[in-house]
Amino acid sequence: MSTDTPLDDRTVAELREIAARYPQPRSGLLPMLHLVQSAQGRITPEGIEACAEVLGITAAEVSGVATFYTMYKRRPVGDYHVGVCTNTLCAVMGGDAILERLKEHLDVGNDETAASREGDTATVSLEHIECNAACDYAPVMTVNWEFMDNQTPESAVQLVDDLRAGREVRSTRGPRICTWREAERVLAGFNDGLADEGPSAGPASLVGRELARENGWTAPTGGEQRKADDK
Amino acid sequence: MTQVSTELVNLTIDGVAVSVPPGTLVIRAAEQIGVQIPRFCDHPLLAPAGACRQCLVEVALPGPDGSMRQMQGPPGRMKPQASCTLVVSEGMEVRTQLTSPDIDKAQQGVMEQLLINHPLDCPVCDKGGECPLQNQAMSNGRGESRFSAQGGVKRTYPKPINISAQVLLDRERCILCARCTRFSQEIAGDPFIALIERGALQQVGIYEREPFESYFAGNTVQICPVGALTSADYRFRSRPFDLVSSPSVAEHDACGAAIRVDHRRGKVMRRLAGHDADVNEEWITDKDRYAFAYARQADRLTHPQVRDADTGELRPASWPEAFAVAARGLAGAGGSAVLTGGRLTAEDAYAYAKFARVALGTHDIDFRARPHSAEEADFLASEVVLTSHEDGGVTYADLERASVVVLAGLEPEDEAGTLFLRLRKAVKQHGTRVVSVAPYTSRGLAKLDGRLVRTAPGAEAEALRELAHDGEVALDGGGLLLVGERLAATPGALTAAAELSRTTGARLAWVPRRAGDRGAVEAGCLPTLLPGGRPAADAAARVDLATAWGVEQLPTGPGRDGDAIVAALAAGELGGLVVGGVDPDDTADPAAFREALGRARFVVQLELRATDVTPYADVVLPVAPVTDKAGTFVTWDGRTRAFEQVFANPGSLPDLRVLAGIAEELGAPLGFRTVEEVRREMAAVGPWDGERPALAGTAPAPTAGASEPAPGAMRLATWKQLVDLGSMQDGESAYRAAGRRAVARLSATDHERILGPVADGVVARVEVTGDRGSVVLPAEVADLPDGVVWLPARSVGRGVLADVASPGSTVTVKGAGE
Amino acid sequence: MSDPIETLTPVLTANWGDERSWTLEAYEAQGGYRALTKALGMAPDDIISAVKDSQLRGRGGAGFPTGMKWGFIPQDNPKPKYLVVNADESEPGTCKDIPLMMASPHTLVEGVIISAYAIRANHAFIYVRGEVLHVIRRLQRAVQEAYLAGHLGKDVHGSGYDLDLVVHAGAGAYICGEETALLDSLEGRRGQPRLRPPFPAVAGLYASPTVINNVESIASVPSIVANGPEWFSSMGTERSKGFGIFSLSGHVERPGQYEAPLGITLRRLIELAGGMRNGNALKFWTPGGSSTPLLTDEHLDVPLDFEGVGGAGSMLGTRALQIFDETVCVVRATLRWLEFYKHESCGKCTPCREGTWWLVQVLARLEKGQGTEADLDQLLDQCDNILGRSFCALADGAVSPVQSSIQYFRDEYVAHLTQGGCPFDPAASTLFAPAGARA
Repeated sequence: MSTDTPLDDRTVAELREIAARYPQPRSGLLPMLHLVQSAQGRITPEGIEACAEVLGITAAEVSGVATFYTMYKRRPVGDYHVGVCTNTLCAVMGGDAILERLKEHLDVGNDETAASREGDTATVSLEHIECNAACDYAPVMTVNWEFMDNQTPESAVQLVDDLRAGREVRSTRGPRICTWREAERVLAGFNDGLADEGPSAGPASLVGRELARENGWTAPTGGEQRKADDK
Repeated sequence: MTQVSTELVNLTIDGVAVSVPPGTLVIRAAEQIGVQIPRFCDHPLLAPAGACRQCLVEVALPGPDGSMRQMQGPPGRMKPQASCTLVVSEGMEVRTQLTSPDIDKAQQGVMEQLLINHPLDCPVCDKGGECPLQNQAMSNGRGESRFSAQGGVKRTYPKPINISAQVLLDRERCILCARCTRFSQEIAGDPFIALIERGALQQVGIYEREPFESYFAGNTVQICPVGALTSADYRFRSRPFDLVSSPSVAEHDACGAAIRVDHRRGKVMRRLAGHDADVNEEWITDKDRYAFAYARQADRLTHPQVRDADTGELRPASWPEAFAVAARGLAGAGGSAVLTGGRLTAEDAYAYAKFARVALGTHDIDFRARPHSAEEADFLASEVVLTSHEDGGVTYADLERASVVVLAGLEPEDEAGTLFLRLRKAVKQHGTRVVSVAPYTSRGLAKLDGRLVRTAPGAEAEALRELAHDGEVALDGGGLLLVGERLAATPGALTAAAELSRTTGARLAWVPRRAGDRGAVEAGCLPTLLPGGRPAADAAARVDLATAWGVEQLPTGPGRDGDAIVAALAAGELGGLVVGGVDPDDTADPAAFREALGRARFVVQLELRATDVTPYADVVLPVAPVTDKAGTFVTWDGRTRAFEQVFANPGSLPDLRVLAGIAEELGAPLGFRTVEEVRREMAAVGPWDGERPALAGTAPAPTAGASEPAPGAMRLATWKQLVDLGSMQDGESAYRAAGRRAVARLSATDHERILGPVADGVVARVEVTGDRGSVVLPAEVADLPDGVVWLPARSVGRGVLADVASPGSTVTVKGAGE
Repeated sequence: MSDPIETLTPVLTANWGDERSWTLEAYEAQGGYRALTKALGMAPDDIISAVKDSQLRGRGGAGFPTGMKWGFIPQDNPKPKYLVVNADESEPGTCKDIPLMMASPHTLVEGVIISAYAIRANHAFIYVRGEVLHVIRRLQRAVQEAYLAGHLGKDVHGSGYDLDLVVHAGAGAYICGEETALLDSLEGRRGQPRLRPPFPAVAGLYASPTVINNVESIASVPSIVANGPEWFSSMGTERSKGFGIFSLSGHVERPGQYEAPLGITLRRLIELAGGMRNGNALKFWTPGGSSTPLLTDEHLDVPLDFEGVGGAGSMLGTRALQIFDETVCVVRATLRWLEFYKHESCGKCTPCREGTWWLVQVLARLEKGQGTEADLDQLLDQCDNILGRSFCALADGAVSPVQSSIQYFRDEYVAHLTQGGCPFDPAASTLFAPAGARA
């Protein structure tokens, strides 16, 4: 019944390449599993065996690692994997309401992929996620691990509808959102050339700096610091 | 190794002063003063984990000003320490649950947590009655569960799952102490089980396509502190409090591992590892643990039989009649010989040795029911017999002290599992290097991080000679050389090993495969050796023994070895044969052996179960299995490991009693009838203190077999896997199912040459044909030399010796489809 | 005591928001990598001394003196030394390292090179949590640029010093923020904490001497080298020197990153953030993430330094100031945090694995108004059986919100029981309340 994409020679070569980045090859296992997800859409038995083979460890050991980390998926996710932070602060600030609305709108439970509707060009899966280190942008969502800051139930619904319809969606602090598989490839350490997309920082990241500028507050001057202040 | 008169560390535990070596864990120090701190994950032979947190203690340490400072965290609050991970330090004050109410509460708290997700199915749990969790919940837990009282929801899983054919896992019961996974990784080197998932969902698991097939898996069942791991062979069979436990010694290899036999109403229910610090520590192989049902198979011989002269069929007989018929037949056979196998106890071996000399008047006796050589007999007489740990012989503990251990003709994981585990410990904990003169890097060698000296069968002698000059191996007086019985198949190899030992100073040990082998050497089951290492060719030794035995004289002529006995029977030069514990398919040439049996005028068989010898036997004498008699096995390192009778079964006689009966009928009584009497006599006869023959300095010339095979032909390498079709493993299907599958191994070049390109996931098969027949097996690539094929010796059919060819001989290999 | 701290001191955040601030070009334009040049002219031990003298304490939460940590590396150990940056920022409320690495990854990379040089490491790793894709892109790009510019690789700046730096993406496990779990994870294993001793300084990555520092700690190093330790220690309070990024989130008008000397108060920070949302009252807050015991409006004037917050019964942690106003139910907040800890417990030790499982069940019942007041005492007893008993600090963090919320808001728990449910309207707490509120 498996519909997984088979691992091709290039991917196996890249698995070896990842292992070779490290003083000890096993250090490559986490990025290697990201690459398996990129190539196959999830952690497959074939991928587990390939990692075990490359690293000379047992498949049980790879399995132990693959099941420990929440980003590794045993079932395929959508082209766009949507996360809603429901850790306390985001939940309170509206994450709970957003998640409920999306579950209802997409008719899915947690960590499930919504059924495709006619006209959809992409699939969306939904997961409630833990704190993603963007609390000053609460409530926070992610799509394929790109930030979607300061969301509301309405914006969230619009977001998933745009994704499903194939409309361009840009991260609030990053580039046009790529597919989950493309994202996993970046996590495996293969740069996609999009680092220069998006802003330097979102507005919340800059409030303190702007306030300091407005008020002329700086750190004490010393050595090199003076040059920066002269600007 | 580092215990060079180090000062002891002084501390107090519950106010009691105790002094222990530096590095001792607090939990061990407490044991020394009789304080039992409850624990689950802790195991003295595993690296500390600190996972279960049951062994918490209160600790104070002296500060720089000498005042005691309690270990705290957060500040102001006593922070309990896990005593299984805390190393003692000078002046430490430890309080356990016995003297610290806070610690008692802390331990009860952990116990309560452990029970939250533990099912209360003790009444149906195999561990019930011997369960550390159950016991410690009684001693260190609270009477009622607040969790259950509130209607707490337990984590549930489907009931047990098979993680191998033998081992079942009940995840609900597991308390995640990780003893099993640590054992598999640290000790056995078989991490086929791992912790999977996370948090409260964490569990022990396998990879679905790679079951927990380890030769040592049963140890995890034994050390599981709850009923999470159980074995298929014992599940639901009995309650521990219904069992009687008897200490014994494993009969499956030459390691002498201590075991505990648990039995009920005359039936062995299970076997567990016993503790023997000098031998197996606390581990045994699955063969030692699970292979015991052979003694209760349907073909077990239960009464003496004699062949009816009229019908030609075996018929039941009384013991006296059987003794008399056997004696008469042997007396009239025109020269008789004795062949024994590897199952003999030292006492039985002694009886066979004496029976041959005293009752049959011959040195025609050999215990080596396998390929052997005269060179080997010389080697055993000069290098092996009478060596032991007491006089500088190699020991298990020496493995841990050795700089390098060279293996030749020995695959320890398959042929001496207990030795393998100790060697792996030496490698992992003490940095011992392992070098193996072998045809390929076996799984066992890989787990020893060992270096392969890739050697085709027949080339071992040369490989050993070259090791003397191998700077990387750097064999010297700190090294050890362990040679297996298979080395006998290569002319000159054992001599080369002895030379290597002499030139480098590396100490030498011989590691046979069967439990009775070393005892048989000591007892004189060789044509060249009498009991106590006396050379049969030495007149003084013969006189010495004859005196001890109270006989006029011992035979003078040279005796025949196993091969010569077979040849002499076939040629009619010998007429009678006493055979005990020999499987024809283990012998150097099974067809020749059968033919010899057919030609023999009179065959007396002493055996547990009907075998292929039985149809040729004129008298069949059932003998006692190890459970029904006392005995002694001599380990490869020359240690005697005696065991006592488990079952008092008057109708089940040891070999020595049967031989005594025949000897008496022959008018040449052996002077004993019981194990106790044999033991006394063996002690009285004692070891030979005279000259021992030196090994001939020059190796025998290589035989034709060692020459280059013809083009297209390949040389056969083989040994027995630990789990195979050996008859003493019969009757335990789950055990056999968890063994390694039989494959033929080839070099990548030969695989490609013979089978062409093979698609991924397709297993091609090869047919290997020798002068005795063919076998078809799946092919696997290994780092063999080109032109060599490896087969498991006894994993399919009747085994390689019977079905294919002699080890080291040439065979042809061709593709046999998928 | 010095005067109250009133103003911000942007150092790490100073270039955030600059045009293409993440690029090497922009970073160098504002003086970037000059500290590296200076450092390579110093003896490694002098850099360690400078960091010691600066009195920089670890910015990842525990506050261990960074220079002292470096000094623990046994330089006579023949094994390779490693530097590992803990960029696994996952503590609920903590959101400072991620924007730093997104806006100015070169600040971190420069800090890595100087720090690695100081401890004589030739191999460094940035272990960054996997769920921050664009941050990882920026780090990857910055490392690539640094290699091309000769800041990394063989013979850095012609100094003869070699350094390789690998950006390593995690895969979703809060526990990997614990330094020994991080090491296991970086070795390709399950991220479960290791026994200490041996400490990472002696046997860390690959059982070799290893320094593990938080992003902000390492990112602070270039400024210390450039400006001198006295410059750094001129900021902050007596035992908590220097500046730090304070992350305000929740019910303030302007949540965000405020870089200030250690010792600033929450009262001042809330003022700077425009006050509480809608002028609501402050109800409770976390000083350093959810693992630090909650504080309340009684603590508005506590100096936010290691000693001040410690004295108030909590911990400075990561200066992750999650601000909750009067609309928020503390029982709901606590339950949700406990669900997090339960989800993130690695499973290795009993108190954490089983204890969080049980705490969640009890809290869930209490939130629904089920149970009795005796359950509160039992809850505290459960916490007592977890705190200080577990293998690592995760479980200690888990009991913090439970204990502190009962300490300050016991009546609110009781109110749930007497009313048979939660008396709060969750919609009132949302960002989009009241317009977006849905019943």
